[in-house]
Amino acid sequence: MFTIVEKKVLSPGVFQFKVLAKKIAEKRRPGQFIILRVYDEGERIPLTIVDSAPEKGTITLIFQQVGKTTTLLGGLNEGDDILDIVGPLGKPTHIKNFGNAVVIGGGIGIAPVYPIAKGLKKAGNRVISILGARNKDILILEDEMRLVSDDIQITTDDGSYGKKGFVTQALQELIDSELKVNMVLGVGPIPMMKALCEVTRPYNINTLVSLNPIMVDGTGMCGACRISFDGKIRFVCVDGPEFDGHRVDFDELIRRNRSYFREEKAAMESLTYHEGPRCYERFES
Amino acid sequence: MEPNEIKERLKIQRHPMLEQEPKERVKNFFEVPLGYTPEVAKEEALRCIQCKKPLCVSGCPVEIDIPAFVELIAEGDFIGAARKLKEKNALPAVCGRVCPQEDQCEKMCVVGKRGKPVAIGNLERFAADYERERGEIELPQILPDTGKKVAVVGAGPSGLTVAGDLVKKGHKVTIFEALHAPGGVLMYGIPEFRLPKAIVAAEVEFLRRLGVEIVCNAVIGKTDTVDELLKDGYDAVFLGTGAGLPYFMNIPGENLVGVYSANEYLTRINLMKAYRFPEFDTPVIKGRRIAVFGGGNTAMDSARTSIRLNPEKVFIIYRRSREELPARAEEVHHGEQEGLNFKFLTNPVRFIGNKEGRLEAVECIKMKLGEPDDSGRRRPIPIPDSEFKLHIDIAVVAIGNGPNPLIPATTEGLDVNKWGNIIVDNDTGGTSKRGVFSGGDIVRGGSTVILAMGDGRRAANAIHSYLLNGKK
Repeated sequence: MFTIVEKKVLSPGVFQFKVLAKKIAEKRRPGQFIILRVYDEGERIPLTIVDSAPEKGTITLIFQQVGKTTTLLGGLNEGDDILDIVGPLGKPTHIKNFGNAVVIGGGIGIAPVYPIAKGLKKAGNRVISILGARNKDILILEDEMRLVSDDIQITTDDGSYGKKGFVTQALQELIDSELKVNMVLGVGPIPMMKALCEVTRPYNINTLVSLNPIMVDGTGMCGACRISFDGKIRFVCVDGPEFDGHRVDFDELIRRNRSYFREEKAAMESLTYHEGPRCYERFES
Repeated sequence: MEPNEIKERLKIQRHPMLEQEPKERVKNFFEVPLGYTPEVAKEEALRCIQCKKPLCVSGCPVEIDIPAFVELIAEGDFIGAARKLKEKNALPAVCGRVCPQEDQCEKMCVVGKRGKPVAIGNLERFAADYERERGEIELPQILPDTGKKVAVVGAGPSGLTVAGDLVKKGHKVTIFEALHAPGGVLMYGIPEFRLPKAIVAAEVEFLRRLGVEIVCNAVIGKTDTVDELLKDGYDAVFLGTGAGLPYFMNIPGENLVGVYSANEYLTRINLMKAYRFPEFDTPVIKGRRIAVFGGGNTAMDSARTSIRLNPEKVFIIYRRSREELPARAEEVHHGEQEGLNFKFLTNPVRFIGNKEGRLEAVECIKMKLGEPDDSGRRRPIPIPDSEFKLHIDIAVVAIGNGPNPLIPATTEGLDVNKWGNIIVDNDTGGTSKRGVFSGGDIVRGGSTVILAMGDGRRAANAIHSYLLNGKK
């Protein structure tokens, strides 16, 4: 069973789980993800594998409570089991020594960036990290990122920590500096990924993004996660999750990710909150 | 059988199966045909004239001893009939429901030469249901342990058949299933009203009782590769991974919100039970005007599923004419009873969306039939300037599936054809890789449950002799 052996609160509503999943812990490589289901009536949702400890048989997952499934997931505690976890899914990141690698994480997007940054560092890259968050309190994984970065910059929307502003500004400044940027990898909210691709496009810098569309099976069987890549259909679950950001239709992805906004709202409203360890419970009709 | 008795038997008319009324059934997901009563089953079984050379058996991909099980029903030994079925067919309750009998056993039935054939499918379903409902499922004999281990990849119709056959022969069998529930297309594809999921679960449970181990959440090619399975002590591997890559039509607007592949639409509704949202968490957009593109059984399943979600209209848009529809006649008939609107000789040109990127309409063009093409069917040709717009908010693309590349891409020495289907020896299911066998849709492209099961049967026999003799 997929038992939660460690639970940490990284920031309000953002959790880090270490979960027993022996096979996945052995197999996974940076950039890959899992799909999980919390209980029998639950949805299948994808989450990046942030890290793993093969010797302990655990994988690390980080998620933010945004919808019903993640809200209920956050209500689980150490010792609880997650019903289903399947993986590792998706293609691993193509990691080699590019030279100067700039990795950019925005908000919860820092979680999927971390394993890739770690992989890039291990492959001999000079890793320059840019982490962005709305404010200081919700910045996650700063210490971990520092360990795998040669240089790190932090931006907050409100200036409560690091530089006031957005990751795109920090990226532009890096490009304008002496540094030769050999590759950029960015993960975060879709508008952020779109914006940073626009920053690098004029310079023709190899820019990778890791996409987070709606998925169902995660093995290429359903096509829910399809995107337009150079105008052609690609399935993020098997062709990705990483793509050359200059060729991705981000606006379409934003629209597709809003496919179920009404249903998602209704599902959240069906949750009841109360004091206690499992503070959210499913509405029993 | 005495000529007089044959004469008497030939007088009995075929017994139709009672069905839920169309008006009622479009409001629910319960099964449409209601099954035979024991009395009706016995009467129907009496129509079989017990041919000395039963042609029906030659029409059955898994060679069920049809006259024998039918006669057991005629004698009132329903449990005996079920056991007779299970000698050859691991999934009789499934096949009794979803096999195209009209093209197989019943097509060959001698009684059918003059009148209507014996309702073999209905009888198969009856016997299997009778046994299951009585809970008197007896385990068949299992041969002594051979010490051999077989990995079956995919818990769909072919894989379940292979597993059932090999476990009975004394091999240890493990099935690896990528989804969280076994059954493959029986779970995610075929709708509840055609094949209740409780029946699939019961058939799978039967295999578990036989000793088959089923590991869910295991994506072979990712969690483990085929080569790793062979290295980890499996003596043979069967690949029954199905048709796991939906085709799209490559027309503008296909990524608008509201355009689904049939696989996604059906998986959401069948496997994830989106029709019971919000009781179940997975949603599906409930359209007011739904169009399904394609003319096969999956298209019918998608359309008949749609109509149960209480829309205004459901269209089936098919580029050829009624005569070329590949779907079973029974499905088309059921669909028409339920109010599907068929638009034949019509092909979509582009999907049109609103500002939010949600589907609003489809532009179609009228077609006419030209000369026969490679498939022998007359080729549809667009009629110039015949474009028209149809307002829809959901589109379901049901034009078929390609083979999923996960396994071929990660398996050394596994040959595939130019479409990516695994190449096998037709008699054995053996692939280009030693110890690896395959069958079902990953070999055939889109096909049927029973043909996949037939492949499974042949592969199981070949795997058995491979395990004993080391030969393919």
